[in-house]
Amino acid sequence: MAVVHCIPGKQPLLVTKPDASSQTWTGPLSPEQAAQLEALVGTLTAEQALWVSGYLAGYNARARVAAPATAVVPTAQPVTILYASETGNAASLAKKLNERAKAKGLATKLLDIADYRVKDLKGERFLVVVTSTQGEGEPPTSAADFYEFLHGRKAPRLEGLKFAVLGLGDSTYEHFCQTGKDIDTRLEALGAVRMVERVDCDVDYEAPATGWIDRLLDQLVRELPPAEAKIVAFPHVAAPAVAAEPLYDRTNPFQATVLENLRLTGRGSSKEIRHVEISLEGSGLTYEPGDSLGILPQNDPELVGELIASLGLEGRPDLQEALGRDYEITTLTGRFLAGWAELSGAKALKELVADPAAQKAWLHGREIIDVVSAFPVPGIDAATFTGLLRKLPPRLYSLASSQAANPDEAHIVVSTVRYDSHGRSRKGVASTMLADRVRPDDTLPVYINANRHFRLPTDPDAPIVMIGAGTGVAPYRAFMQEREERGAKGRSWLFFGERNFRTDFLYQVEWQRWLKDGVLSRIDLAFSRDQAEKVYVQHRLLERAAELWAWLEEGAHLYLCGDAEQLAPDVHAALLRIVAEQSGRGPEQAAEYLKTLQREGRYQRDVY
Amino acid sequence: MTMDRSRDVSQPVERLSGNERLKAASRRLRGDIVEGLADPVTGGISPEAQQLLKFHGSYQQDDRDLRDERRRQKLEPAYEFMVRVRLPGGVCRPDQWLKLDELARTYANGTLRLTTRQTFQFHGILKRDMRKTIQGMNQVLLDSIAACGDVNRGVMCSINPHLSALHQQVYELAKATSEHLLPRTRAYHEIWLEQEPVAGSGEEEEPIYGPTYLPRKFKIGFVIPPENDVDVYTQDLGFIAIVENGKLEGFNVTVGGGMGRADNEPGTYPRLADVAGFIRPDQVVRVAEEVVKIQRDYGDRVDRKHARFKYTIDDRGLDWFKDEIASRLGWRLEEPRPFVFTTNGDRYGWAQGDDGCWHYTLFVENGRVKDTADLQLMTALRTIAAVHEGEFRLTPNQNLIISRIKDTARARIQSLIEAYGLDSTVRRSVLRRNSMACVALPTCALAMAESERYLPQLVTKLEKVMAEHGLAEEPIIVRMTGCPNGCARPYVAEIAFTGRAPGKYNVYLGGGFHGQRLNRMLLENVGEPVILETLTPIIARYAKERVPGERFGDFVIRAGIIREVKEGRDFNG
Ligand code: SRM
Ligand SMILES: Cc1cc2nc3c(=O)[nH]c(=O)nc-3n(C[C@H](O)[C@H](O)[C@H](O)COP(=O)(O)OP(=O)(O)OC[C@H]3O[C@@H](n4cnc5c(N)ncnc54)[C@H](O)[C@@H]3O)c2cc1C
Ligand SMILES: Cc1cc2nc3c(=O)[nH]c(=O)nc-3n(C[C@H](O)[C@H](O)[C@H](O)COP(=O)(O)O)c2cc1C
Ligand code: SF4
Repeated sequence: MAVVHCIPGKQPLLVTKPDASSQTWTGPLSPEQAAQLEALVGTLTAEQALWVSGYLAGYNARARVAAPATAVVPTAQPVTILYASETGNAASLAKKLNERAKAKGLATKLLDIADYRVKDLKGERFLVVVTSTQGEGEPPTSAADFYEFLHGRKAPRLEGLKFAVLGLGDSTYEHFCQTGKDIDTRLEALGAVRMVERVDCDVDYEAPATGWIDRLLDQLVRELPPAEAKIVAFPHVAAPAVAAEPLYDRTNPFQATVLENLRLTGRGSSKEIRHVEISLEGSGLTYEPGDSLGILPQNDPELVGELIASLGLEGRPDLQEALGRDYEITTLTGRFLAGWAELSGAKALKELVADPAAQKAWLHGREIIDVVSAFPVPGIDAATFTGLLRKLPPRLYSLASSQAANPDEAHIVVSTVRYDSHGRSRKGVASTMLADRVRPDDTLPVYINANRHFRLPTDPDAPIVMIGAGTGVAPYRAFMQEREERGAKGRSWLFFGERNFRTDFLYQVEWQRWLKDGVLSRIDLAFSRDQAEKVYVQHRLLERAAELWAWLEEGAHLYLCGDAEQLAPDVHAALLRIVAEQSGRGPEQAAEYLKTLQREGRYQRDVY
Repeated sequence: MTMDRSRDVSQPVERLSGNERLKAASRRLRGDIVEGLADPVTGGISPEAQQLLKFHGSYQQDDRDLRDERRRQKLEPAYEFMVRVRLPGGVCRPDQWLKLDELARTYANGTLRLTTRQTFQFHGILKRDMRKTIQGMNQVLLDSIAACGDVNRGVMCSINPHLSALHQQVYELAKATSEHLLPRTRAYHEIWLEQEPVAGSGEEEEPIYGPTYLPRKFKIGFVIPPENDVDVYTQDLGFIAIVENGKLEGFNVTVGGGMGRADNEPGTYPRLADVAGFIRPDQVVRVAEEVVKIQRDYGDRVDRKHARFKYTIDDRGLDWFKDEIASRLGWRLEEPRPFVFTTNGDRYGWAQGDDGCWHYTLFVENGRVKDTADLQLMTALRTIAAVHEGEFRLTPNQNLIISRIKDTARARIQSLIEAYGLDSTVRRSVLRRNSMACVALPTCALAMAESERYLPQLVTKLEKVMAEHGLAEEPIIVRMTGCPNGCARPYVAEIAFTGRAPGKYNVYLGGGFHGQRLNRMLLENVGEPVILETLTPIIARYAKERVPGERFGDFVIRAGIIREVKEGRDFNG
């Protein structure tokens, strides 16, 4: 049968020869049939097209096996794959799963969990959830509704459901992969049947995730033998809900030239925040305000050298290179600690491993080098050591530029992580690489990490309120550039906070200009260290409660970006108070109000 | 003689300079200063407010060292404010010193700057700390009203430690003159001290100045011969104390002095004041008021570069002035009395006044009071101020006198002076002790070259040349400014440098040792190598060819190295 390449809704159906000759070829169809099919497909939405493809496949399969006399429309029961992702890792794994499932002839439906209608849950037969964990063990914003529904009183019994969960997280967080665990446990409690064991992936998730996908696919094929399944036979159909894959991604980054790399915070600042511009020329990479830039960092060669020396593994250039490029050699994981306790036989370490609370306290401010030098393992071989390490994960930085305003450029704002602990000076891997070792004309491996949950309103006239502190201002610069470039008329209001006005007012002259030109309508600033009492953005929000409420009632979109630990909860609490006080709602209804905003995409957060 | 009134206050304000319109519309110097202080998005205030701010004794500046760097960092210039204290005659109490010291360390850049007009300047105050600073000054009864702006400025007075009673008398007059000539607007009290506006706010009567104040700054100095420390000839209005038989008889009045000029604008020039007559002590305040009013009425309000009193005097003549003041006073100034000046520098170390009190004059290099690794000057003075029961006097040469120390307290002060090594300052070379530089970079917006931060190095090189020619003990008055405005009164120095560009200076020779003669430009726009190359042989000749007692400034004229400047209009000739 013919191979149909179909990009629904966009292009007319082309029925072409598999050898890609340019001549139109209708295969076994009469030209009339072909025209009918083309006319139908031209009207289909993405989802409909997918359904039709499944329908035809099932029809075909059934015809072969059972040869029914009449064509019945099967109730397509595809495997529903949901991803809950903040920074795109879970999303990319879900996409990978989806592609491989399709290649195996499985009918699938891939959805951002935010777009999933929870009332469909009852009718599902196969559900796969790929989720990361955010905050302190909380679900990503996009999964809030789903998570709440699942754990709420209205959650249906799910006896007929088979499911699998893949968790993404970071084992240095206390609640490692908590959301994955929660969903996994809850589905089981609701009566659903687990197809494969959940896997909790650490930041080097590729290998464990691939293993989990393999097992899941095997299981799915067993559960849904192609012969009787409602199965897609169009392995080449592009997953319609998913945008065309970018040329470059996390595993295949673009080598971008650095154009500019300078310190933004003025002399005397207690902060070291940098502005980095890179060239995307020739990459074909595109981004929108709200997206972030992924950077594949390398470790500080000095630290690598020190580590190798304390391991007694000097004279191994290959190891030097691997530790510099491939492995995370700073952050301590529980797994490393356990492994090292074993290898070293150190009693102190073993006790720590046995006592999670003590371990947590001990880990604070410590790195691998501390353990390795305090508890030496003489004669250790390189492979044993690297076996305990995680892969070095890329770092994300919110794009601070609009591509419309700066074609071929990407700007980011990076706060340099440096601190002293336990007698050593510590350096954040990516941020100090950018600060200390990357100069203009150097190249950086980068990719674009889309974030469609942090977007300017499609309506250029919609008012926006941008709340951010520190580097959290980055996407707002992109917003302003974009709105200026597009001549958007919507009002805009920035709440920005940092430590000191004189040195830390990031992009000060640009805000001044936007304010003067009316691109920015209002600005409120909170510099915490310029006066005796600490003032933060949430205080400014509260001071402006009435006006802020008016903006919200007039349809303003609310954005929050920056620090997840302090800023986000404090600002959220301030917003709750403002809504409650200004509208006379009770605390619960205020929460509901914000939740509704969130659901409508009018309250978007990008916190890290 | 018909009087040209086309450029003065008699004209509608629309025909005058922009500043005149600004002053007229400012609601008595308020403008939008308050709004500017409240604007959180910038560390500065509006350009109009900046002009008006001067009348409140403050300038908006920015740290010029950081300008370019911050531009690239997408930060506005590092705006900050200079505040100049109004301190008639440079006299301050120890508790006032302690407060200023505290304010400098809390809100300013941790230094105090003693100025060429005997007062303190704070540098580097942030906008949000301005009120706190000024309110802090107010707590010790200090203010900065009219320390800058188109009004009468800080009134100077000789510091003369020897003649205690006389100093007291003259100082009181200087102070009374300063008070009398203060603007009457309550803008300062409302804006800075946050006092409630009273009826008539914004429309206060200005009986002396009128609604547009003066065409330009106006400076008054009182001097007690034989020291001409205040450089009386450089003042718009000067009072030379005439003492006969130990009694203050009165003052010779001088008019029309000034330093400011611009490069390549021959219409601008420094000018030494003329002695116009003699008055009695009780006539001082009245005369000062009338002279100020003459300048108010006749000063050029079209071209600010031609608006100083010196040009009014030159344009109309000294005789016109004498007639004008006589008609206003209803009597003529008497004939000037004889007097003698011998120097304009300070005498360092201990001196005893005729009332038996002791005075210790410290050399403060370029007036900068700060702590360095070598000298904890600021700490030392704070420590002294905490125990000192007399007063401090700031000298017109940016130095400091710990003044009116009782005999019984002298040992204690001496031991503190020694403990902090302050005595070492008065043993610096005579050349250095007679040198003076204006502030210039990094705070002064008008600086074209370094001054305060550079002169010490240049002096070190000149000291070597002097020593090589056996002149180590010979005083020469050396002054440097970062631009031609002349804040360190360079045009009366024996050797002067005014900045043209980074590292480049005009060089002048031939000023009078006690400020009695202008110098003339020898070299234009040259760097240190040329300066040294040129000065070395001149100094060598001075060593060889001078006659006994001959001052360097006199020698270069006699030797034909530079042509004498006879009057201001001849300066550019
Ligand atoms: C602090 C001081 C120099 C010092 O090293 O001590 C000073 C500093 C400045 N002077 Fe001055 N002047 C200072 C004494 C003088 C003197 C000397 C004197 O008055 O005895 C003169 C020459 C005499 C005269 O007025 O002619 C002087 C002539 C000027 C001028 C030129 C005026 C003119 O007629 O052309 C300017 C510029 C202007 O007014 O446009 C000026 C302007 C300035 C400003 C405010 C720059 C500005 O306008 O933006 C400088 C502030 C620099 C800073 O960062 O502190 N300053 N200035 C002196 C403060 C005196 C005080 O306590 O009031
Ligand atoms: C969506 C997203 C957007 C982001 N956008 C930006 C952005 O715009 N700008 C930006 O600067 N960053 C941004 N980040 C954060 C960024 O990705 C990196 O996490 C950050 O730069 C640190 O990376 P690093 O490699 O330098 O430090 P790492 O080597 O990863 O070290 C950071 C770790 O050091 C430890 N640590 C830090 N300080 C201390 C201390 N005082 N005491 C003890 N331990 C400490 C903490 O465990 C911390 O997690 C974003 C993150 C996400 C997820
Ligand atoms: C602000 C923030 C909070 C996080 N909190 C947790 C956590 O509590 N537990 C955890 O296991 N991982 C946590 N992580 C790590 C992420 O889950 C991990 O980076 C994951 O790969 C992100 O996947 P995603 O891109 O699909 O969102 C956190 C990450 C961020 C940026
Ligand atoms: S002389 Fe010029 S450079 Fe020096 S302080 Fe005065 S105005 Fe500034």
